[in-house]
Amino acid sequence: MHELVPGATLGGEILINGVDIYRGAIPVTDVRRRIGMVFQKPNPFPAMTVAENVVSGLKLSGMKVTKSERDDLIESCLSKAGLWNEVKNRLGDPGRALSGGQQQRLCIARSLAVSPQVLLMDEPCSALDPTSTRRIEQTISEISESVTIVIVTHNMQQAQRVSDRCAFFLAAENEPGRIIEEGPTKDIFTNPRDSRTEDYVNGRFG
Amino acid sequence: MALTLRRRRNVTEAVADEKIRIRSVESIDVTVMIGSAIASFALSQLLYETFLPLSGALGYVVVWYVLFLAVSWIAVRELRGNVRAKDHLARVVVWSGASMAIVPLILIVLYVVGKGYHALRPQFFAEDQRYVGALSDATEGGGAHAIIGTIQQVGIASLIAVPLGITTAVYLNEVKGRLAKPLRTVVDAMSAVPSIVAGLFIYAAWILALGNQQTGLAGSLALSVLFLPTVTRTAEVVLRLVPGGLREASLALGGTEWRTTSRVVLPTSRSGLVTAVILGVARVIGETAPLILTVGGAFIMNWNPLSGKQDSLPFFVFRLIRFPQESQIARAWTGALVLMILVLVLFVVARAIGGRGPDHIGRFKKWRLQRKGLA
Repeated sequence: MHELVPGATLGGEILINGVDIYRGAIPVTDVRRRIGMVFQKPNPFPAMTVAENVVSGLKLSGMKVTKSERDDLIESCLSKAGLWNEVKNRLGDPGRALSGGQQQRLCIARSLAVSPQVLLMDEPCSALDPTSTRRIEQTISEISESVTIVIVTHNMQQAQRVSDRCAFFLAAENEPGRIIEEGPTKDIFTNPRDSRTEDYVNGRFG
Repeated sequence: MALTLRRRRNVTEAVADEKIRIRSVESIDVTVMIGSAIASFALSQLLYETFLPLSGALGYVVVWYVLFLAVSWIAVRELRGNVRAKDHLARVVVWSGASMAIVPLILIVLYVVGKGYHALRPQFFAEDQRYVGALSDATEGGGAHAIIGTIQQVGIASLIAVPLGITTAVYLNEVKGRLAKPLRTVVDAMSAVPSIVAGLFIYAAWILALGNQQTGLAGSLALSVLFLPTVTRTAEVVLRLVPGGLREASLALGGTEWRTTSRVVLPTSRSGLVTAVILGVARVIGETAPLILTVGGAFIMNWNPLSGKQDSLPFFVFRLIRFPQESQIARAWTGALVLMILVLVLFVVARAIGGRGPDHIGRFKKWRLQRKGLA
């Protein structure tokens, strides 16, 4: 996805089940299906209903399911995203008729429907109010049983609340961003090795 | 002077407490408007007729309008203060601008209706002109052959131009290939082609060089030359309005570019694409010049657009309006009226099919969802 942004570069390797996704052994659409993504701003498809949004990934990646499988999938994904009880009577409404927090959970459900191994979340709560944020964090802890979640956040309390392992990523002026320190969340916050990490987690900058 | 100044300060103080309600018309506004209209009428009568060496109705109206603005501005300022006066001035200018745009439109519609309704009978939609002679009444015969001609020609033209135009727009905006820039220039240049040139091109290339007849199809080809750039440009703008986040979301779910375009981008911009088609149809349905060269014109019904000359409504109007007989002229006006009705019907149908925003779930979509068990 980052290749869509002109001028974006990367270094290092990204391994899924021991295979580097940038080596080209797996088709890009497969990579994208295995790695789900939730964006900063909720972006349900406006031309689709709530239910259609959930199963849109199947259509887009060309997966075929029977009608009953599809209905089960809609219910299970929405339940996993903690949205089923709120929208079970509104499945035929347009996706954008939901509130901001519900839309974001709908996007999570949509990502889960193609059963990814990894779910990237790019500041999923930055456009949301505290109550919706709490709801999303609950969702994250519920689904983390079955999916690896990589979440980007600049809210340190959130990082502490939701993560097991934590990496501190810093971009300085005229320097590409790189990972400064990585380890169990508890260590990063209580016993950082790098002085910049220590400054950041103690709120001296950022 | 001192007196006026003091009075104005009082006015301002009084006004300061009062809440300004926007978009409301109070009785005092109406009184001021009527008073100013009369006062400026009297003033312009005096100025225009007595002092200024001018004449003519248009100049009179302009002088009256300017004086009306000045008089009513002074009146409102004296009564209700400076802020109100500016507000009033802006409101009058905006309102008169809007009515300047809408009045000619209403006049055109009323004029055509007034001229055309005499000869409008149900049989106008059913009969052609084969039994119409020079002395026949305006109510005899009809324009069915021209209506069918127009529908077929514009229909075929849109069958050619709409898929081509939307595909081009997708290329320009979604694929963003290397040829996008030159292509955009070509489309822009194409939209500047005068309609008679499009007609001449088809006449020279399709009829003279390739040896085809003048047919409805030839007319459609000429119309699609005009149709294509309108659809392409509008569709491109509409596609550009689809937020990039939706494309990213679709790609992130493992969608290919083709599925992203066909299942996310195009459905999201559906109502805008319908607008693009409507604008294209509006561009060509009233075209006369290219059709004169390509369809040939006819007085009798020809259902086959692939062979033989056809008629079309604008051509029908153009031909009949130049006859000396009152009856033919009346028939031409009826043709113009029917053309307007046809355009109206087409637009209403297009809106009904195209729906409103992407969020709107229309009757058709609801039916489709129910059939799939998703609603």
